[in-house]
Order: sequence, then C-alpha cells, then structure tokens
Amino acid sequence: MKEKLVLIGNGMAGVRALEELFKHNISDDKGSDQYDITVIGAEPHPNYNRIMLSPVLAGEQTIDDIILNSLEWYEENNIELVTGDAATEISRVKKAVITESGKEFPYDRLLIATGSNPFIIPIPGADKEGVLGFRDIHDVDTMVQASKDYKKAVVIGGGLLGLEAANGLMKQGMDVTVVHLLDSLMERQLDKPASALLKASLEERGMKFLMEASSAEILGDKRVTSVKFADGSEVDADLVVMAVGIRPNIELAQKAGIHCERGIVVNDTMQTFDPVVYSVGECVQHRNECYGLVAPLFEQAKVAANHLARVGSTRYIGSMTSTKLKVTGIDLFSAGEFNEEEGDEILQMQDVASGVYKKLVLKDNVIKGAVMFGDTMDGTWYFSLMRDGTNIADFRKTILFGQHDLGDAGHGDDTRVMSLPDDAEICGCNGVSKGDIVQAISKNGLFTLDEVRAHTKASSSCGSCTGLVESIIASTVGEGYEAAPSKKPMCACTDHSHDEVIDAIKEHELKTISAVREFMEWKTPDGCAACRPALNYYLLARWPEEYQDDLQSRFINERAHGNIQKDGTYSVVPRMFGGLVKPDELRAIADVCDKFKVPEMKVTGGQRIDLFGIKKEDLPAMWKDLSDAGFVSGHAYGKAMRTVKTCAGKTWCRFGTQNSTGLGVKLEELTWGSWMQHKYKLAVSGCPRNCAEATIKDFGVVCVDSGYELHIGGNGGIKVRVTDYLCKVDTEEEVLEYCAAFTQKYREEAHYLERTAPWVERVGLTYVKECVVDDEKERKALAERFKISQKYSQIDPWKARADGENANEFTQLKIAG
Amino acid sequence: MSDWTEVVALEEIPQLGSRVIKTDTMNIAIFRTAGDEVFAMKDECPHKQGPLSQGIVHGTSVTCPLHNWKIDLASGEALGPDEGCTNVFPVKVENGVVFIAL
Repeated sequence: MKEKLVLIGNGMAGVRALEELFKHNISDDKGSDQYDITVIGAEPHPNYNRIMLSPVLAGEQTIDDIILNSLEWYEENNIELVTGDAATEISRVKKAVITESGKEFPYDRLLIATGSNPFIIPIPGADKEGVLGFRDIHDVDTMVQASKDYKKAVVIGGGLLGLEAANGLMKQGMDVTVVHLLDSLMERQLDKPASALLKASLEERGMKFLMEASSAEILGDKRVTSVKFADGSEVDADLVVMAVGIRPNIELAQKAGIHCERGIVVNDTMQTFDPVVYSVGECVQHRNECYGLVAPLFEQAKVAANHLARVGSTRYIGSMTSTKLKVTGIDLFSAGEFNEEEGDEILQMQDVASGVYKKLVLKDNVIKGAVMFGDTMDGTWYFSLMRDGTNIADFRKTILFGQHDLGDAGHGDDTRVMSLPDDAEICGCNGVSKGDIVQAISKNGLFTLDEVRAHTKASSSCGSCTGLVESIIASTVGEGYEAAPSKKPMCACTDHSHDEVIDAIKEHELKTISAVREFMEWKTPDGCAACRPALNYYLLARWPEEYQDDLQSRFINERAHGNIQKDGTYSVVPRMFGGLVKPDELRAIADVCDKFKVPEMKVTGGQRIDLFGIKKEDLPAMWKDLSDAGFVSGHAYGKAMRTVKTCAGKTWCRFGTQNSTGLGVKLEELTWGSWMQHKYKLAVSGCPRNCAEATIKDFGVVCVDSGYELHIGGNGGIKVRVTDYLCKVDTEEEVLEYCAAFTQKYREEAHYLERTAPWVERVGLTYVKECVVDDEKERKALAERFKISQKYSQIDPWKARADGENANEFTQLKIAG
Repeated sequence: MSDWTEVVALEEIPQLGSRVIKTDTMNIAIFRTAGDEVFAMKDECPHKQGPLSQGIVHGTSVTCPLHNWKIDLASGEALGPDEGCTNVFPVKVENGVVFIAL
C-alpha cells in the first residue's frame, strides 16, 4: 500500500520536486513507486514555466509554448490533479488538505509549494479596475487584452520584473512609462554605470522613465485614469502594473500553525517544523533567505525529493544566484556583490561606442561579484569562478577579456548571443543552430546544459561551444538557468565529484571498481559508459602494481588498441620514437600494408604513419608483423601518452642549440605506454624558432644555448592554448626528471577527460610550480612514482595480443545456416 | 520461432561485454550483462550505424562507441531523448550454451 503525498501548489518548484522524486523509483513504473500523489492548484492550468511569462507578454511565445507538464503527463504518472479549486485549509490533526469546494485530501506526507504573491502597494485606488500585478497567465491575458483597448501603461517598479513587463507592453503597442522609487534601475542587480547603460538602451527603444518618483494614489472612477505622485504631479494611465516585489505566500501554512517568519521556515532537508510537512519554492525561508529565482528552487526540489524518497543523503545549503534580463537584444548579467566595499578591488572595462561594460569585484583575488552589459558571454564563467572561490591571480591580467581570449574554434567574435540570428550555427560538430537550441529549450522545458545536450546534441561533442550554449540557455530561460553546480557529480550514477572519488580511492585504499561503487554508494549496479572508464583509470593510476585493468570498462579504442573509424574498421599507428625512422622499418610498414591490403596511409601531425581501414579480425596478425619488425603500439587511440614531436636539432640544423631529436627519443622512451586522463603530447624544439611547436603541447621543451626551457599545459586542439612557462633547467637529466614529475602530478590529480590545459587553469600555475619546481623532494617522489607505474605500462599491448591475449575480442562468431 | 541456432558457450562472451556473429546478411551483436542475461541485436546503431557490439555495456543497455547513444538491449530502442530502434533477436541460454532465433 503506497503512502499518500499531497502537493499544494501546481507550480514550477513543486512539480519539479515530483519529477525529482520519480527519478528515485526503483521499479520501472511511471509516477512514484512510493506514493499516491495528489496535486492541488489554484490556477486552471497544468504546470507552466512562469519565468517565460515575459516573452509571452512580448508576443514572442504563446501560452502553449511555455507549458512544462501537459495534462497527459499528470495522467501518465498517475497523479490526481485538482485545478481551479484552491486549498483553503491544512488540518494537521486529520492530516488532510481541504479545498474551496469542501473536498478533503488526506496525506501521509505534505509538500507545500504555494509560491509567492505580487506585492500591491497599499495606496488609495490600488483596487481600481486596470491595476494588477505581473504573476500568472491571468495577468498576462489581462495585459494583452488591455493593450488592444487602451494606449497608456504605467509600470510601477524598475526592477527585473517591472522592466520585462514594460518591454512586453511596449511590444504589444502600448505607450509605457516606468516609475521607479530610486534613482537607478535594477539597483539590486546593477551598479550605476550598468544601470545607466540599460536605461539609455531602453529609452532608445521608446520606453519612458520617471525616476525617484513615489506613487501616492491611483486616480479614476471605476477604471484607472492616472497615477498621482507624492510631489503632486500626475501621469495618465489606462493600465497600471505593480511590479515592486513579491511576498512569500504563507497564509495556508500560517493558519495551520506551521512556524513561519517571512516565509515558511524549513531546515536543510526542506522540512518544516512539522516533520511530515515539507516545503519548497518561493514560499520558503531557508537560513533566513527567501529566493525568488528559479535555480535555487530547483536545488530545493532536488533535496526535498531525496528526502521524500527516503534516500536522505542530501542537504540544501543555500544558493548563490545570478541574474539575466529577458529583454530581447539586451545582454545583461549580474551576480554576487557588485558594489565594492572597503578592501575590495575592481577590474573594469568600458567600451562606450560598442555599449560594452564589464566589472568584477575582487577580494584577495577571488571574485565577489560581477556586472556585465552588452557582452555577457563570459557571465557563466565568472559565476562559476565566483561560486568555486577560485583564486584568479594567475590570469587576472586577461580575465576581463573572457575565457576565450586565447582563440576559439567555431564562433570567432560572436559574443553577443542575443543578437545572433536564429540560423547562426552554434555547434559546428553537430550542426545545431541557435534557433534549434532555443526551440528545444522552450518546447521541452529545458533548464540545464546536460538537458540541452541530450535533446539537441549541441556542445556534446568537442565542447568548444559550451560557453555559447550556456549563454543561450541563460538568456532564453533567464534566471531559471541552472548553472552547473560547483560540485559536479561524476555522472548520473553518483552524487560524488571526481575529486571525492580520487581522494576516497587513495584514503580508503579502494582497489577495485566494485569496491569504489560499493563504498561510495553508486546508484547503478555497474555504472555507465561515463564513470566506468574514469574509475578504471583512477585505480590504474593509483595502484599500478596491483590493479587489474578492467577491459570492459575501457572505451573500445583502448580495448581493441586501435582507433575505431566511422565504418567500424580500425586504424593502426606504430610508434616512431622522436619521429625518427629507419629504412628497414619503413619497408616493414610497406610490407604490412601490402599484405593486409591497407586502403590508405597518412603521415600524421605527430610524426608517424597512420594505416587506415583495418578489419578488427586482422589486427592481431598485423601487430605480429609490426612487432617482429621492432615496432610497439603508438597509443594513437588512447587516453595516453601519444607522441614526442621533434625538430631536426643541432645535428643538422644550422640554428639548433641542442640535440632535440635525441632528447625527444629519451622523453618518448620515458613516457610511452603511460595511460592518462586524456591524450598527452610532448615536443622538443632545438631552438626558440620552435619548429616542433612545443608551446602548444602538454609538456614542451624549447632548447636554448644555455639549457632547456620547460613549458606546460598547452593545447593545439579545440581551443588553442599556449603553454605556461614552468622553468629552465640545465641538463637533459633534469628535463627527464621534471617531465616525469609533471606528468605524474597530472596523472594523479586531474579529472578523467580533463587535458592539462584546463587542469592547469583550474589548479593554477602557481600550485603546479610549487609541487614540481620549488619542492625538490616532492619532484623526486613524483618522478619515482611515475617510473614505478611505467614498469607496468610499458608492456606492449600489440605484442601481447599478437601472442594471443584477449583473443575473443578479435574473433567473430559464425553460425550454421 | 522454434528455429534455435547454437551460437557459443556463455563463458566465451565476456561479462559486460559482447561478441559479433557474422551472418550472410548482417552482423549481429550478442551481449552478456553482469547478471549473465544475454541479448542479441543487429550490430547497427539506429543513429549512424555504429557497431553497438563495440560499446560499453551497463545494466541492460549499451552505449554506442561513435556518438554515445544509449540503446536498450531488450527492446533495441534508443533511451533518453534520442529516438530510434534497432532489430532485436530472441536468445536463450541452456546448459551454458547460447542459442539465437533468427
């Protein structure tokens, strides 16, 4: 017998909690497998996206577009939906909710999500016809209707909601005046310069403003005709929208004796003072905060669901919020403390002609707040730096130019997301346009990057457009955008982050994948395609001497030791140390190509030869021939050390200062076979002309007359990143030691699938230097651990398979008939 | 559907892994889960014909190695927001031997 769960309030927070609850189902049933659910809503609609009311008012979307859960959804999930019959009483004695029509709904658990009410300023005449708030579909309908019959509108309140309402009414053809009590707009989100830019840009569109005006009375007979101010002046109005704020709707809870202050008081598990009564949304007061933005409400919903489902493993600890204004064509972003206090520092950039303004408030090199106008592309980046409390000292000089100042594939200078046309291609890998993304967001009610990735594939391949996609989500759903949480779970199988998993493996000496899953309470029996390869790698990197590599947790390339191609054939790349090769070796490669009818060969960028179109069943035989000729695997298919690129060096080149090829061979002999979080490339250039392009490699060496410059964290791929200069050393032995130490530091600490470039940016160059350069003992210990690990990884996987290891992987089955 | 054909001993398919059966008309992927359930389907992802046999098996689904579509082993249907379906074939295990009905 299921228990009864009643939800009061058919809005975004409450229904989100139900959706989160369903995710905890153990069975495949639709709905909840623990509760019979009743939803009681005062409005006669299914759950809709309240934050999209502004675009509806502006005529950019319709009501149908913003429905989040259709009536069918309630039916499918066996939810009893009561609409248009408001709950009027909670009887905690009877444990039942009573509605306007006198119906009683008994509950075992109750979830209150009654949201908030617009605050109507109690001035004379506020009850006249034509005076309303901006809160629900009914208000929007009334405004749209009024815009057909009347001309002049006054919006009281120059905050986010007021400006969106004013913009919508203007789009409906009305003559709109915004009345604001203070001297600058959106003063809770913007500093004065940004606020002035916003005002100018709205004025350009035809919006009028009355600043520092205190409304005193609404005049008119039955319907409003004008608004009178404290100084005695008047402005004509046929419609007055009050958008001065919201108040948590706590009436029901208060009447039922549930402890309320400004909102319904809840603890970190979203429980009210009555333990069977939970509450989420705008009606809630948590740690003395009431939230009016959607992202925090969704976090609350997740926690409430976790406890309703009796998992009981999460807590809500409050949210940091950011704001975007949903006025098409105006890019504006704000987060945190944007007005500096004593002791804070300001980074500021202003380009008046192009209407761009950016300001970051710092304390001790950590971002406290951000305001941006005109170019908000990097808002989500600043916000995550702020939430993570990242020390930005290492890139303070360039931070205002954004995350992408070092070049970016795909979109060049197009940073003004809102002004891009619908057909602008955002994701170049999967051919997804801005219009596709916006449509998917509105149609499917998406809020997170992961959801957009799943539905559109945008940003799901190379990821270089992630910033743009995040920006589109943020500007489409406004403050509802759920920025990726600072503590990001590894995958849907767990709530633990990569760092927590890495630490636990070390601290608790977990030595098998199943031990990790058990210890860290994985939610799925055998993980998924995302976490299994990661766990396999972490264990391999931590326990090289003991861990038994789990082939079924490796991506096919690493299981088959070849690179799977789009037609299901494989490519084979033999290793050529330092790019050097001998005639016999080339002959052997030519013979192999003839023997196995290789359709295409190519010289790679890593100075070796790629053989394409090999059938999987031919691989072991081909490897045998290559192995006999002295080749080992080039690991061109793996998250592993790939190649060491070299230039000619001083043996031949008239500019060469050191033996770059010889050093390249030594480095490759040191590092080959090592498994990594991602691909890992090295290069050695013989002089500062840098022909081996060492300054876009994970570890690069630039030889100079007096020694060797070491560079780290470069990337020549998706997002070009020039290396950071690590240090200069005098001898080849030192180069090898520093290389081993840096490589091992990365291997032990970076997240799976994180290349050195983002890793160095995340942990900071200073930290890497401290461990690898400044601390000799640490460097030597790291290098030693790398060498131990290499003992076990420098066993050529090709030879092993040519000798019959894991033969099942390469043989096909035949059946009779 | 009584034409059961013997394929291979169950232990010749790795747990959480697969083998490929080559027939005259197509390749068939045969999967074994952690719980020793066996499933068979055409070795083609409904998305871009990727070889599902080469994917990572988890629970009762497989993730295609080309573009990470997740396919339900029992029904052959794409999971999540993706839509598409690949042919599945009945299989059974008797005395440690896998049989398929084509």
